[in-house]
Amino acid sequence: MDLNTLWFILIAVLYIGFFVLEGFDFGVGILLPFLGKDDARRRLIINTIGPHWDGNEVWLITAGGATFAAFPHWYATLFSGFYLPLFIILIALIFRGVAFEFRSKDENPRWRSFWDWAIFGGSAVPALLFGVAFTNLMHGVPIDANMNYTGGFWNLLNPFALLGGLVSLLGFILHGAVFLSLKTEGEMMNSALRAARRLWPPTVAVLAAFVVAMYFFTDVLKQLGINPGPIPIGSVLALLAAGYFIYSRRSGWAFAMTALAIVFSAATIFLVLFPRVMVSSIDPSFSLTIYNAASGQYTLRTMSIVALVFVPVVLAYQGWSYWIFRKRLSEKAEMHY
Amino acid sequence: MDVLNLSQWQFAITSVYHFFFVPLTLGLSVLTAIMETIYASSGQEVYKRMAKFWGTLFLINFAMGVVTGIVQEFQFGMNWSEYSRYVGDIFGVPLAIEALLAFFLESTFLGLWIFGWDKVSKGLHAAFIWLVAVGANISALWILIANSFMQHPVGYELENGRAVMTDFGALLANQYVWTQFPHTVLSGFTTGAVFVFGISLYHLLRKKDEDVFRRSLNLATVFGSISILLVILVGHSQTQQLVRLQPMKIASVEALWESMDPASFSLFTWGDEANLKDRFALRIPNLLSILAYNQPTGLVKGIRNLQAEYEQQYGPGDYVPSVFTTYWTFRIMVGAGLLIFALMGLSLYYIVRNKPLTSFKWARFLPLAIALPYLANSTGWLLTEMGRQPWVVYGLLKTENAFSPNLTPGMVLASVIILTLVYGALMAADVYLLVKFARKGPEQPEGLEQPGAAGAD
Ligand code: HDD
Ligand code: HEM
Ligand code: HEM
Repeated sequence: MDLNTLWFILIAVLYIGFFVLEGFDFGVGILLPFLGKDDARRRLIINTIGPHWDGNEVWLITAGGATFAAFPHWYATLFSGFYLPLFIILIALIFRGVAFEFRSKDENPRWRSFWDWAIFGGSAVPALLFGVAFTNLMHGVPIDANMNYTGGFWNLLNPFALLGGLVSLLGFILHGAVFLSLKTEGEMMNSALRAARRLWPPTVAVLAAFVVAMYFFTDVLKQLGINPGPIPIGSVLALLAAGYFIYSRRSGWAFAMTALAIVFSAATIFLVLFPRVMVSSIDPSFSLTIYNAASGQYTLRTMSIVALVFVPVVLAYQGWSYWIFRKRLSEKAEMHY
Repeated sequence: MDVLNLSQWQFAITSVYHFFFVPLTLGLSVLTAIMETIYASSGQEVYKRMAKFWGTLFLINFAMGVVTGIVQEFQFGMNWSEYSRYVGDIFGVPLAIEALLAFFLESTFLGLWIFGWDKVSKGLHAAFIWLVAVGANISALWILIANSFMQHPVGYELENGRAVMTDFGALLANQYVWTQFPHTVLSGFTTGAVFVFGISLYHLLRKKDEDVFRRSLNLATVFGSISILLVILVGHSQTQQLVRLQPMKIASVEALWESMDPASFSLFTWGDEANLKDRFALRIPNLLSILAYNQPTGLVKGIRNLQAEYEQQYGPGDYVPSVFTTYWTFRIMVGAGLLIFALMGLSLYYIVRNKPLTSFKWARFLPLAIALPYLANSTGWLLTEMGRQPWVVYGLLKTENAFSPNLTPGMVLASVIILTLVYGALMAADVYLLVKFARKGPEQPEGLEQPGAAGAD
């Protein structure tokens, strides 16, 4: 395996980590107005993700930085091309980030309700748009011979991409509901499980529709074949298993399965892409690949050493912080947010 | 306005906003960590109350630092795609390392610190805030390694019209880093110190919680005095370094139209920028040579001479940055620095003489000094960045060749307007909370609240 492939995998891992981790805190944020009937419960819901949401978001920031370093043309084409959707995502993340810190710092109900809606919108918009963006990556977008995106904004909102957005939106809400049931007790846990039970069937339905649509709108057939192999199939199986555990009220297992379903679904997108990083719909030879979009070998080697040393350290302490906060929260607990 | 101009505005606005919050994060994290360490090692409750009070203000500020930072990470690709293609090989590396080494550290341990007050031992809890402080300062190091490359490119080769990294060590050893990094971090320490100083004095004047605020004021004075002294010394060596590395920036800072030896320092210039000459100028003979070389004589090159030199070297073009901006930003920064120096000196004097600073005749005006470091920080960056124009990467890539060609002015205009409004509104909310919690003062000893939970129940 060459360094270009290694970095493709590493960046895929960063995005997948982001979807799995921030996925549940997006989900929790979206569920806030629906499950948080009064202020005490809303605080409880927000505090389940309190210690984690920023660390989860850093997966995205690192993915962005790593893309810049390893594949500058990918970084340049993707973010200038998807300018408006990315801009909307950033505005959403801005509101969401400050909302956590601000909402409980003033008792005025209008103040609190404003920030609660900021958490909701700041979670829902990216949850939808990330699905749209990644679907477009493998669907193909107009990229010219100079690696510049030539399409407009509406181009990105094609039906297939919107279906992909729906998959990520519903998937993250389900993932968040299961997380909430894992982190709370009593009535809150029950209502989270109830939400998960209601969300599961439509999530399965849109994922199934998306899988079928993939065969029409992408070259998955050429890339993976009619039998796509264990990873795409695994994502469907994991989601089915998640349903079983949700209905039998085993939150821990259910959470493991929704996480796995997200891992496999996102991995499928990268499998279809490989060795391309952005597909050109104008001419396949204009596509960006892990070779024509990459930095020099010296840079890739340097970055590999840094990553090999520090990624395990980061994983260790982030994992440890989840361990410290492993207990379920009750409404009586001390809360910061 | 075209895409280039609008993108420049957007970068300037988002950066200045981001850097409005960053310096306080750098300084206040360290001060809070010192307070909590004293608590953990001596067990004195008053230091715990101090750590919680200043920690709350730290968190309110930190939130804005985080969200404005996310935009920074992506806007190189969004608005400066040609730039990203040209230097990604080099510039992306410190950016990625910053995220991996610093942002994970900061965010994870901040979560542990906020939510872990009664989950771990006192000592371990104090270690959490130290790790946050270290993370913030490591982040400054890596982003400044990136910025220093733009100011003074090293360790690269040009290949097919792109800069390619050849020596990572050279990037780290870049002499520009080792003045810019200490200057910026120490400015952050100064910002934190003056912030704590001002709010403490405000409460002491109202005789509120004197135990907490007297100790805070003393700590801030000592920390701030050391920091501002070093800021000024490093700033001086930065000026000397610029004479060698970016002579145009210095010529423009001094409105020095013609080369001069010995060179004089401008006290006040009213210039005619279009024709590169003075309308009126008051200059101190020899002082600029002294600043530049530590001796009364020595050649400092002038704007006209440098312009001619660069036309020879790089082809026709305008190589003069905005003289008005560089001239005044430099003077505001240095003026603010000298005022802070005097302020810290005054407070130190009262401490040594064992007299309360509140007995100083104009003590009630001194909390206003909190504005000074903010002024210096913003003008400092404007000077650094605008003084480098027309280059985005000094000597290699001009800003006019760096923007994203696929954007339309409408898109960028929309994003500039929305960002300005959103940031403005959030900044107002943030300052509202800062003022509210700063006024309110620390929790009373019986209270067992978390920092920040205060306003909530
Ligand atoms: C000298 C210091 C300094 C400078 C020049 C910059 N930053 Fe910054 N940045 C910090 C010092 C810092 C910090 C102190 O580490 C912050 C402020 C508050 C915080 O959370 O961390 C931060 C936050 C922060 C975050 C959020 C991290 C998180 O989610 O925890 C991002 C993505 C960036 N920055 C990126 C940038 C980029 C791309 C910059 C260049 C244009 C930049 N910063 C300039
Ligand atoms: C946070 C502190 C910073 C501030 C306040 C700041 C400020 C500015 C300003 C005001 C400009 C506009 C100059 C002009 O319009 O003529 C600018 C340009 C630029 N700066 Fe910085 N800067 C900061 C840090 C950085 C860092 C750390 C980097 C690199 C990592 C950077 C990269 C750039 C780039 C790419 C431009 C080009 C766009 C332009 O010229 O407008 N800046 N910056
Ligand atoms: C009083 C003496 C000071 C001197 C002689 C001085 C000198 C300088 C110089 C020459 C630069 C430009 C460096 C470049 O373009 O590469 C600079 C930048 C800067 N200054 Fe100062 N400065 C002083 C005080 C301060 C103070 C008090 C603060 C803030 C509290 C401050 C904050 C900054 C910042 C944030 C920058 C931009 C970052 C950098 O390029 O280092 N400075 N300073």
